[in-house]
Amino acid sequence: MNLNQKISVILVVVAGGFLAFRATTGEFGKVYSKTTPVEFSEKVKKKVGDSVTPWTKETVVDRRETRDESGALKPDVHVNLSLTIGLWVAAFGTLCMMSFLIGDNFLYKFVESVVIGTSAAYAMVTGFWTGIVQNLFGKLTPDLVRSTVLPGVPEEQAADLLYIIPLGLSVLMLWRLAPVGTWVSRWPLAFFIGATAGIRLIAYLESDFVLQIGSTIIPVVVLAADGSFDWLASLKNVTIIVSVLVCLVYFFFSFEHRGAVGAAARVGIWVLMITFGAGFGMTVMGRIALISDRLSFLFYDWLWLPKPGIDS
Amino acid sequence: MNNFLENLDRRWIFLGMGLSIAVPMLLGLQFPEEPSLMVDDVFTAVDKLPEGSNILMAYDYDPASKGELEPMAAAFTRHCGRKKHKLYFITLWPAAVPMLKQNIDILESEFGDDYTYGENYVNLGFRPGNEGAIKVIVSDLSELYTNDVNGDSLTEIPMTKNIKNIQQMDLIINVSAGTPGAKEWVQYAATPFKIKMVAGVTGVGAPPLYPYIPAQLSGLLGAIKAGAEYEQALLAAYPDLKDNPKSQEALRRMGPQLIAHIYIVALILLGNVIFFTGRRRGASQ
Repeated sequence: MNLNQKISVILVVVAGGFLAFRATTGEFGKVYSKTTPVEFSEKVKKKVGDSVTPWTKETVVDRRETRDESGALKPDVHVNLSLTIGLWVAAFGTLCMMSFLIGDNFLYKFVESVVIGTSAAYAMVTGFWTGIVQNLFGKLTPDLVRSTVLPGVPEEQAADLLYIIPLGLSVLMLWRLAPVGTWVSRWPLAFFIGATAGIRLIAYLESDFVLQIGSTIIPVVVLAADGSFDWLASLKNVTIIVSVLVCLVYFFFSFEHRGAVGAAARVGIWVLMITFGAGFGMTVMGRIALISDRLSFLFYDWLWLPKPGIDS
Repeated sequence: MNNFLENLDRRWIFLGMGLSIAVPMLLGLQFPEEPSLMVDDVFTAVDKLPEGSNILMAYDYDPASKGELEPMAAAFTRHCGRKKHKLYFITLWPAAVPMLKQNIDILESEFGDDYTYGENYVNLGFRPGNEGAIKVIVSDLSELYTNDVNGDSLTEIPMTKNIKNIQQMDLIINVSAGTPGAKEWVQYAATPFKIKMVAGVTGVGAPPLYPYIPAQLSGLLGAIKAGAEYEQALLAAYPDLKDNPKSQEALRRMGPQLIAHIYIVALILLGNVIFFTGRRRGASQ
């Protein structure tokens, strides 16, 4: 048994022991919900009349609010099996992902594949219903879409035949899967790249070039409302102007970085390093926030440990 | 000792990091927060708007960044709820639809009497197209949105039937985990059409957005720290929120943050000490 296997066995035994202990000392790992009827809009009631089948929805109930004063489960609250299974799958997935810290292993690879596959499928289905059904066919054939899949398409909406163009481009794009004439797919691709480049160019020119230059043209001597010298605001403005200039000098390669140019370029490197350092520090903070969230999920949502500030 | 530390298995470091987060979390370690000027700017942008203003809640984040952004998004939603603003929820991320739902749950559970669907808030859901979608809805909402997330026509929903485009919004609040996100909202909506905007972003995403302040972005919340400061500002303005523990999620997360940061700083110092003593020892030999 190598070191990785020993660590894994110890962790599994400790975790299993803790779960067994937790099971004997109280409840955990359940999701409670209550069933509430869905109210139909007047429009739906008018359309289907009394033949409408009653619908209900499940609303998750906080585990702390599931019991009455005698400690018995409230009559309208019940354990929701599907959400409980979801909770255990989420906990299992979290632990499998964290197992990568011990070393690469089968469970990590399995859960990673599940996440990628599920995300891709979710994005595809959402994109299909919102992009293709609602936005493309909803515009091309509103009556058909209204009568089949989306009753909410406005009655006054007329067919917009301009949408034949994106439909045609989509078909051409998919043509690359055909056995012959795959070159046809380059046409919509060229249109898409050209249009995107044009749209982005204008946005960048206005937002990231012209206005950013404008934001750098600021007074180096700032006076307060009473006319006195505001040294803090002045120092801030001078720092912004000097930082921008020295960073630009660093990326200016037409002159050799010697003498005054070299000195400015060196200060430019320092400014860049401080920026990267700030970015790295923020990234570390973000990563700690993510692990905090996962541990919070495991401790409080799954294991039902007492949450400081809420349970105590 | 030096030799032991130089060859220390990295998994001990991971264990130390896990404990430095888990122990303060379980003990409920919490520290006071003071809203910074930047957080004040964001808070003021939301708070100074007249009651019932139109606000576009563009929440572009998914479960992968939920830990960092959810407390911030919840604080924005709660603040807008207190101000009785009209909220238009929207996202450019397919996996963000459940995130919108979580924020709508806050409105329904905490402001149930004041917030009626269709009159005070609406969920427009997701539309594909990234920045293309922003470019469209900034001039014509109905071109991309004919229905809300439930499939109801926008022409029949009271708060959307008179909305032609998002230029009619008094403020855009964007919570963003990447692309498309705050940068695209600044480039395609806030800058060209002078729509007021504030954003809350991940730690990674914050530094590139600071140059947009204040001309193109009224304020920016960066990472969980700014989220905690925003919660603190909310508590100061609305003291009764102290009774709602859900409104202090980011504040609770700052205890583990501090200890974990001290742990990282200690490791960096220790690593340097090991490196320099090792080098000196090598030079003397």
